[in-house]
Amino acid sequence: MKKLVLSAALLALGSSTAMAQTVTRLGTEGAYPPYNYLDESNQLVGFEIDLGNELCARAQLTCEWVQNDWDSIIPNLVGGNYDVIMAGMNATEARAEVIAFSQAYKLPDPSAYMALAGTDMSVMEDGVIAAQSNTMQASMVSDTSATLIEFPTADETIAAVRNGTADAVLADRDFLVTYVEESNGELEFLANVTPPGAGVSIGLRQSDTELRATFDAAIDSMKADGSLNALLVQWFGDEVDVFE
Amino acid sequence: MFAFCSDPATLPQWQWMACYLTTGSHFALYRSVLVVLLLLALAAPLALGMGFLGALAVRSGNLLLKSIGTIYVSMVRGVPDIIFFLFVPFAIDQGVEYARHRILCPDWDQPVRQGNDFIVCAAAKMPLATDPLWVHNVWGFSLALFAFALVFGAFAANTLNGAMNAVPRAQLETGEAYGMTRRQTFRRILLPQMWVYALPGLSNLWMILTKATPLLFLLGIQDVVFWARELGGQKTGHYEYTHPDWRVWYFLGVLVFYLTLTWVSQRGFDRLMRKLNHGQATAGGEAQRKAAI
Amino acid sequence: MSVDFATCAESFHGLILRSLGRDFGDRLLPRGLEINVCDQVFLIASGLVWNVYLAALALFFGFFLATAIALAKSSETRWLRSPAEAFVFIFRGSPLFVQFFFVYEALVLLPRAGIEIGPITLDTQWMTRAWAGALFVLFLNTSAYTAEIFHGALKSVPKGDLEAADAYGLTGWTKFRRVTWPTMLRLAWPSYTNEAIFLLHATTLVFFSAFPAWQQMGDALYYANYFAAQTFNPFIAYPIVGLYFVLMTLVLIGGFGVVNRRLNRHLPRAARARLRFRPHYIR
Repeated sequence: MKKLVLSAALLALGSSTAMAQTVTRLGTEGAYPPYNYLDESNQLVGFEIDLGNELCARAQLTCEWVQNDWDSIIPNLVGGNYDVIMAGMNATEARAEVIAFSQAYKLPDPSAYMALAGTDMSVMEDGVIAAQSNTMQASMVSDTSATLIEFPTADETIAAVRNGTADAVLADRDFLVTYVEESNGELEFLANVTPPGAGVSIGLRQSDTELRATFDAAIDSMKADGSLNALLVQWFGDEVDVFE
Repeated sequence: MFAFCSDPATLPQWQWMACYLTTGSHFALYRSVLVVLLLLALAAPLALGMGFLGALAVRSGNLLLKSIGTIYVSMVRGVPDIIFFLFVPFAIDQGVEYARHRILCPDWDQPVRQGNDFIVCAAAKMPLATDPLWVHNVWGFSLALFAFALVFGAFAANTLNGAMNAVPRAQLETGEAYGMTRRQTFRRILLPQMWVYALPGLSNLWMILTKATPLLFLLGIQDVVFWARELGGQKTGHYEYTHPDWRVWYFLGVLVFYLTLTWVSQRGFDRLMRKLNHGQATAGGEAQRKAAI
Repeated sequence: MSVDFATCAESFHGLILRSLGRDFGDRLLPRGLEINVCDQVFLIASGLVWNVYLAALALFFGFFLATAIALAKSSETRWLRSPAEAFVFIFRGSPLFVQFFFVYEALVLLPRAGIEIGPITLDTQWMTRAWAGALFVLFLNTSAYTAEIFHGALKSVPKGDLEAADAYGLTGWTKFRRVTWPTMLRLAWPSYTNEAIFLLHATTLVFFSAFPAWQQMGDALYYANYFAAQTFNPFIAYPIVGLYFVLMTLVLIGGFGVVNRRLNRHLPRAARARLRFRPHYIR
């Protein structure tokens, strides 16, 4: 559905002379560190913000960020409120029926179950599993025999595990890892799962083939000179899977 | 904000808190209070205007106008207001874009609804993709504002209609006996006197309106509820100021904000009512007269 | 969007009880282009169970608490009156939507392992679920509003009625039960009907606030919103849910009207309070 964003947290990029040009609007969630989030000074920051700005610079596009909540992020792309999605979105088959994807700018994230320390592995089959609604992980849980409980933001899924509403959470491992590391042993990973999908990619309307080619070319150039890998390491640490 | 805020991790408790509460995102929270107040300040007169038109329609001699007014007023009673808040901005947005599409792009041959997509030509977008950000923001806020005015206009129409009925008939008849036209009696007698009858209902409406403002959050507008949820969530090492889940404290703050708002409003209305009652032929006016003797 | 009878029957079987859980219908909700009008009609209808459940129980329990609070508020003892006034002020002075958020966040702070009282451990986890937590908030909220209505009615019980009760030698509990309470109820009933309508409508907020949906079990508006987001078309799902609520409101007014006639049956015909589908917005 159409969510209209009245937001102070948008970054207009590019020079003022470019105003006459069309602006490419980049949609993101702004609540998924370290992919994209609002920092204390109310600015969008994160891996995808840095990457998106660089891609726009290389493709000589004037870009503007738009914050949109996750649940309506695809409908609002299709409805034309912005032109691309960069929000830690995996290119899955189900999504590819509705929108188009660029090549991946981050290799498929392993998803992981995270639970309180000492939780039995069996909760993955017969427990209550939290996931963010409309994510790949939510549909992965609904394919198991576990009980799915959905929250609109990723942050709330973690809170649900802490307070016992859910036995475990299934989410991107790179998102969960900070929570595990900073919990002083309170939280731990149960297991990793390899999700379907070609990796984290830019989502576009299926009719925008030209824009898609532009972004694919920009990603290629960032892969070629190693700057994409550098960004990945900068935001996700040394253990992240980098491109060959 | 403060000079000592450069390295939050090393600060003692109170300084940390002072820095934390003055970050950019906290200022966004404080500004969102103004968004709520702005909505109230704009929605109240708009709703009153819509209500006035609605009340006139309900009282009209024209059968068509009367039935439109009646349907408008009673529909809002049967359907939860939140459905209107979700539906109206969504529908108007698509409606405007569709209308612009038909006018601006007459030679477009594809259907507007393709499967689940709603596709209009680029020139019909509202606002245009090239428009600066503030235009998008103002448009979004206006849609929300219109939805509020529509729902509360129906509420107000009913209140105003009741108030108009409450003005004693004898007074209107006296006016007519003096040879005033219908229009003149309405303007000179009914209109000035109805407010004292309308005020209890309108003050109650203001309270309902105030308590409906957090629904702005559902329209994607960054109001106090949005920021309470955003800032209260657990902040990990990616942030400068780390803290566990503090949402309950933030929502406590929002709760206190609204309690203050309604409390102050109630005070204001009590005072206004005392003023309006002065010299009126109502129980309130009579009580004032007796107290003065 | 042509829909034939067979697919419609299939939607009915798969979705009409879906809001009770995935064991009662389709495991997955229809998505994207699979969605047809019948899916929307039946799934939204299935969500109404939640609205009815929340409204009915909150009203039922709220009725008793409201009577107690109204009495406390009318009491001359300060330590009874002040807490009652504070309770009414807090729940009437703040938005229900914010109350939902606040109470949910407060409930999740309850100890994970439960509260130990002597040898018994009280499990608290279920309180964070909508069927209990949201019901609790609605119960407190409607109690406050209803208490205010009852309090007003208590103050307008005719002096003559009370004097007549005294003359018959009725005192204390008997006087309250036979005279004060029925009169209060009769006077309050039109406003109370109005409050019931508000409460029924307020149940649509539950799944839009902090309470999470389990296995996509939600109320009518939760599903309507789901369809509007999936199909990017507000013109089918929202009118359907709107129509359902108009019907439910009419049924509720009918039911309360029956009670109203009973409460007024001893009065001369001309003096009876009438309930009509006339909107008035006192809340």
